[in-house]
Amino acid sequence: MSEALLAVNGLGKRFGGFVALDGITLDVIRGERVGLIGPNGSGKSTLVNCLCGTLRNESGTVRFDGRAMDGLPAHQRTRLGMARSFQLPRPFASLSVAENVRIPLIYAVNARPGRRLGEREIDARCDALLGMVGLAPKARQRPRDLSQVEMRKLELARAMAAEPKLLIADEAMAGLSHSEVDDILALLRRLNERGITVILIEHIMRAVMSFSERLVVLVAGRKIADGIPDEVIRNPEVEKAYLGE
Amino acid sequence: MSSRLFLLAALLVAAAVFMIGRWFRIDYVFFAGYKVLLYVVLATAWNMLGGYTGYVNFGTAAFFAMGAYSSVALTKYFAGFALPIPVLMIAGGIVSGIVGLGMGYLTLRLRGVYFSIATLALAVVVQTLVTNWDYVGGSRGAYMVRPAEAPVVGSYMQYLFLIMLALTVAAIATARAIERSKLGYGFASIRDDEAAAEASGVPTLRLKLVATALSGAFMGMAGAPYPYYVTYLDPTSGFSLAFAVNSIAMPLVGGMTNWVGPLIGALFLGSIQEAATVSTILGAHPEVNLLIVGLLLVSFVVAAPNGIVGLLEARLRAWRGP
Repeated sequence: MSEALLAVNGLGKRFGGFVALDGITLDVIRGERVGLIGPNGSGKSTLVNCLCGTLRNESGTVRFDGRAMDGLPAHQRTRLGMARSFQLPRPFASLSVAENVRIPLIYAVNARPGRRLGEREIDARCDALLGMVGLAPKARQRPRDLSQVEMRKLELARAMAAEPKLLIADEAMAGLSHSEVDDILALLRRLNERGITVILIEHIMRAVMSFSERLVVLVAGRKIADGIPDEVIRNPEVEKAYLGE
Repeated sequence: MSSRLFLLAALLVAAAVFMIGRWFRIDYVFFAGYKVLLYVVLATAWNMLGGYTGYVNFGTAAFFAMGAYSSVALTKYFAGFALPIPVLMIAGGIVSGIVGLGMGYLTLRLRGVYFSIATLALAVVVQTLVTNWDYVGGSRGAYMVRPAEAPVVGSYMQYLFLIMLALTVAAIATARAIERSKLGYGFASIRDDEAAAEASGVPTLRLKLVATALSGAFMGMAGAPYPYYVTYLDPTSGFSLAFAVNSIAMPLVGGMTNWVGPLIGALFLGSIQEAATVSTILGAHPEVNLLIVGLLLVSFVVAAPNGIVGLLEARLRAWRGP
């Protein structure tokens, strides 16, 4: 087996006296679909932030695509192929929907060695990305005119614009209706079929269980389970964390 | 419109302005006009950081005064040479640009209001240093002797006006070019959401440094001819509160999202203040100026937060229909 796409080793992060992450070790193989679950406050978003460089981890290492990520700022990790969507959509409010997708094209894709998209290519790319998530008719509107589910789709389209190898979707479906969740799931599956590795952080168990090939459970900053989803949710420790004793 | 065409159009407008000024046959027109143009440059420069990236700089006066005091220091050092003003402007621009870069490096990790407080602190520190720097006159101030004759146009006031006019064109053309470039998109993404910008591959720290350096450099260039304009420069006038307040108020009143806003705001507020300065009704008290600016600023923040440009855009949309 070749080296894992993402290799996290003994990652630790504390906020003052509070230990948010405690020795997380985790491998993600190329093309895998990994679900990451855990109760509120278990450290899921902190883990995402440490992986993506938004926060600095105090201990442990992150390797991505064969390179050490430690100390690299977030924008360089994005350029190296790690993309994320935010838990609460964070669109660029003063830019149009199409321009939102344009930012990673000119700043992440065009920053890679040997890549240089022309003006026309960028426009075509924006159209294609918005078409993929079904936002093409709203390309010229502002993010404030979008519905909640459209905002999530824009978030994913913007993450995808950076041509990532790994997509970390942080609660991309929170607050959506049943059919909207299916919509986003289908989208993530299509991306995975194109060879993009996906880490899905989610509270909606139906979505996580149907999507993930592997399930990782965080509780109070520690990884307590990692394996095939059906087995993981029968794990007594996981049951205890979610349902109490 | 392409950038080259825009520059040509701007130069034509500038030439027309100068010709109209000549037609009045009094130097006062140029004296008052200079101040208005100075504010156009300061407002445009402030907006490159404050409007485009959303970082509010309270230290305009410091960058401006560093430009002005660079001129004083250089003129004194090269006493025999009579350095031409364009050279002094480049020097002032470099000094303020470098200080902008340094300040940015030290303070841009601070967000929002903390950054603004740091810029205010910078202004106080620089003013204290200059006040205690004997070489440039310290608190006594420095006299600058204008040459009797100016190159090309004859009158020295007209020459200063012409230089400020050229700087205005350069500042506006730069601001407009930024808006339409990759840099402009990067700035906008920083203004809207810095974490999301980083996640999209935008090197936010580097772009913010570009913005502070550029903004500072234009402020310094605007300050460099100032000693020759006032002929007597002391720290109180060089670091005047009016510069800091106006450079924030003008983009706010005009509109901060594009280059037109600071231009309109500065022409509007700058002209009103020049008029108030000589108006006999208001008793020609310079303090009245800041009162006017303050009142207008408050009314715009309450009634038209997107400035005059925002009001016009809303009108235009209503007129075009939904």
